[in-house]
Amino acid sequence: MSEQLIKLDGLTKAYPGVVANDAVSFSIDKGEVHALLGENGAGKSTLVKMIYGLVHPDAGQMTLEGNAFSPTEPRAARAAGVAMVFQHFSLFEALNVAENIALGMENPPKQSELAARITKVSHDYGLPLDPHRLVGDLSAGERQRVEIIRCLLQDPKLLIMDEPTSVLTPQEVEILFHTLRQLRDEGTAILYISHKLDEIRAICDSATILRHGKVVDTCTPSEKSARELAEMMVGSALHQPLREAGAFGDVVLELNNLSAAATSQFGTALKNINMQVRAGEVLGIGGVAGNGQEELLAAISGETPCGADTARFEGRPIGDFGPNARRELGILAAPEERLGHAAAPDMSLIENALLTAASREKLVNKGFVDWGKTRAFAKRVIAEFDVRTPGARTAARALSGGNLQKFVIGREVLQNPRVLVVNQPTWGVDASAAAQIRQSLLDLAEKGAAVVVISQDLDELMEISDNFCALNEGRMTKPHPAKGLTVEEIGLMLGGADEQEAAHV
Amino acid sequence: MFRLEKRPTPSRGWTIATPILAVLMTMIAGGIMFAILGKDPFEAIKIIFWDPLFSEQFASYSRPQLLVKAGPLILIAIGLSFGFRAGIWNIGAEGQYIIGALCGAGLGLAVYPTDSVFIFPAMVIAGAFGGWLWAMIPAILRTKFNTNEILVSLLLVYVAEHIMAAMALGLLRNPEGHGFPGSRNFKQYEAAFNGELLAGTGMHWGVVAAFIAVIFAYVTMSKHLLGFQITLAGQSPRAARFSGVNPTRLIMLCLGISGALAGMAGLFEVTGPAGQITTSFNQGYGFTAIIVAFLGRLNPIGILLAGLLMALTYIGGDLAQLMLGLPAPAIQAFQGMLLFFLLAMDVLSNFRIVLKKSEAV
Repeated sequence: MSEQLIKLDGLTKAYPGVVANDAVSFSIDKGEVHALLGENGAGKSTLVKMIYGLVHPDAGQMTLEGNAFSPTEPRAARAAGVAMVFQHFSLFEALNVAENIALGMENPPKQSELAARITKVSHDYGLPLDPHRLVGDLSAGERQRVEIIRCLLQDPKLLIMDEPTSVLTPQEVEILFHTLRQLRDEGTAILYISHKLDEIRAICDSATILRHGKVVDTCTPSEKSARELAEMMVGSALHQPLREAGAFGDVVLELNNLSAAATSQFGTALKNINMQVRAGEVLGIGGVAGNGQEELLAAISGETPCGADTARFEGRPIGDFGPNARRELGILAAPEERLGHAAAPDMSLIENALLTAASREKLVNKGFVDWGKTRAFAKRVIAEFDVRTPGARTAARALSGGNLQKFVIGREVLQNPRVLVVNQPTWGVDASAAAQIRQSLLDLAEKGAAVVVISQDLDELMEISDNFCALNEGRMTKPHPAKGLTVEEIGLMLGGADEQEAAHV
Repeated sequence: MFRLEKRPTPSRGWTIATPILAVLMTMIAGGIMFAILGKDPFEAIKIIFWDPLFSEQFASYSRPQLLVKAGPLILIAIGLSFGFRAGIWNIGAEGQYIIGALCGAGLGLAVYPTDSVFIFPAMVIAGAFGGWLWAMIPAILRTKFNTNEILVSLLLVYVAEHIMAAMALGLLRNPEGHGFPGSRNFKQYEAAFNGELLAGTGMHWGVVAAFIAVIFAYVTMSKHLLGFQITLAGQSPRAARFSGVNPTRLIMLCLGISGALAGMAGLFEVTGPAGQITTSFNQGYGFTAIIVAFLGRLNPIGILLAGLLMALTYIGGDLAQLMLGLPAPAIQAFQGMLLFFLLAMDVLSNFRIVLKKSEAV
């Protein structure tokens, strides 16, 4: 029989206006991989923050190995044997791996000693990592290894992982899972948070499902299908996107040898991109974050105009057009960053509707804004895309991520685009809203628009794309029909192994 | 313990209430300061806020001064508010004001003593043009070479002040002035004089222009796409670019508007209340207008009220110096308190104060 490691009993935490956790109780045994499942806003983050000592519960107790456990700060949690790998890394790019790890330690040993320990731990757990490399030179997957090894050096009893695979390629996920299984076999308990249901089925021994801050169910994930898990999470039957594969029309948008500088310090320049998308086609573009996705969207939306001939719309050169000239032609875009790029945080939804719809919806007459018409358009987006908001006058920042995303996508879809480019359309959006957004993209293609979906969620791309390409370090692979692509082939494409040759035709 | 919590949407009520609260707090803190200086605080506050408008002894002189002083402040602040909303910081309105005055006055003096109804309007246009030109220097340096417009516009104030002194002593000096520095006085040149329109009110063409600017700015900000783009660019530059706002065009436009209005204000001042170009006819209106713009929350109506309030504290401050012998720095400190409390109170419109129960740890 396995022994219980940590027990949560009636943990409650309320924020003004919302109960994040309502009497949450469950327990994790030693050597168990326990999944925490829930939609966005279900209370997963608050719960793990309480275990890690970042947030203090209003009520309820925790026990760790039979002793009362109430960490007041992360340091206390770490001392008790709880370690956490965050979704967003906290590493200094200008320092090397060993220096970064030393920074997080109470009493760091000498650099040489620490480097030796890092090499040993990374070797023992199959996570190759050179302690002397600069973090700035590491890939996202390698950076995650730094965080994991930082945790492993503390010999944790419980390892909390928040969406660990969102930045990894399928091959890197395999390596991570191998490590996690090894840890489990050594008796370490793992609390695993993820949206990716297949992963949870593959690695977790048990699951606790949260909805609106309450535990609604527990199950053994391997005995359930991904669909069943999703339905437990959402609490209702899922609406799966449906697609009648239709014939494609003419090429609507094409990019020819397009190169563009990085949009930010940490961005990636685009190098000789060639791309075609036809009417009625959904083109999926995969790739690990930071490989030129933002730049590609900016090049298509017109935020970074390039040479006239590098982009053509229905054969007409438009590469030097700005965003509004392109919008008038019907080329619309929804960037990844919702607050501050796709929408202005402090402006109301009405003003945010004007942000991109001014010309195409004719909301401006001789330079004067028709606020009545703008409000009506905003309300139409809210109604048709089921945006949950107190009203159209609410500031964009007051909406939850998923609801704002529905608004941003809806705002573009309702303008009847000829070409729509979206980046990470369902990032951080719960399962039912994600399905709704995907369906709206498919419907749009059905009606004859060309749709380009840039995403890091491969399942999503496989579900909705007709053709699939990958971005790697600013270069794009040739398109492959999405149907029939295997995980290995996709992994190779993401790794940039094959930009010229088709791996699969 | 207190804790600040960000409001999901800014509170409408607090946005209106905070300026009033700030004025009250200034009265209290200023009153304490006056008491420490050995003056009767109630008397001092009354002299600053009440006597300039309603005292039988002073009002006939100081009441018209209210509009005379508020006019240029409002006109300049309205211009600045366009740029400030867009995150374009023109700190050099004082320089644009001087150059505008020199250009407009220069035109008038060049055609002296011709008499025509077109002279004054032409001088106003020349004044606006001069201010616009002076503002284009930081605008072009910013858009072409990415220099910092705050520094460039500020430093150009000192350049403008030297040009002003050189003009007063050289090119524009009154040929009949027996060698004294300073230009001809426009009070003696009817066609170019910006006189009082209604006797005893202080209302001159500059005040009319200020009111028109308030209405123009109000309509632009609330109804025109340009107003939306300006606000958007200030709040989230990236979203503005996505929305198709051209940053270069916006910088040129905002600096141009603020420069032109400051130049106009300078022209109205030099042909009216100041009367002539001297080595120091500028009154620091260009700098004070920055305070007025923020005091009015960059809102046209707010700027109108803030300009009047600021003018009142100036007139009242002068009066308090005269009547109570308060030192000038005390009055400046009092005006500084006003801005300080306003910015401090501003927190309340975006945040709420939450009483935090001390947690047993």
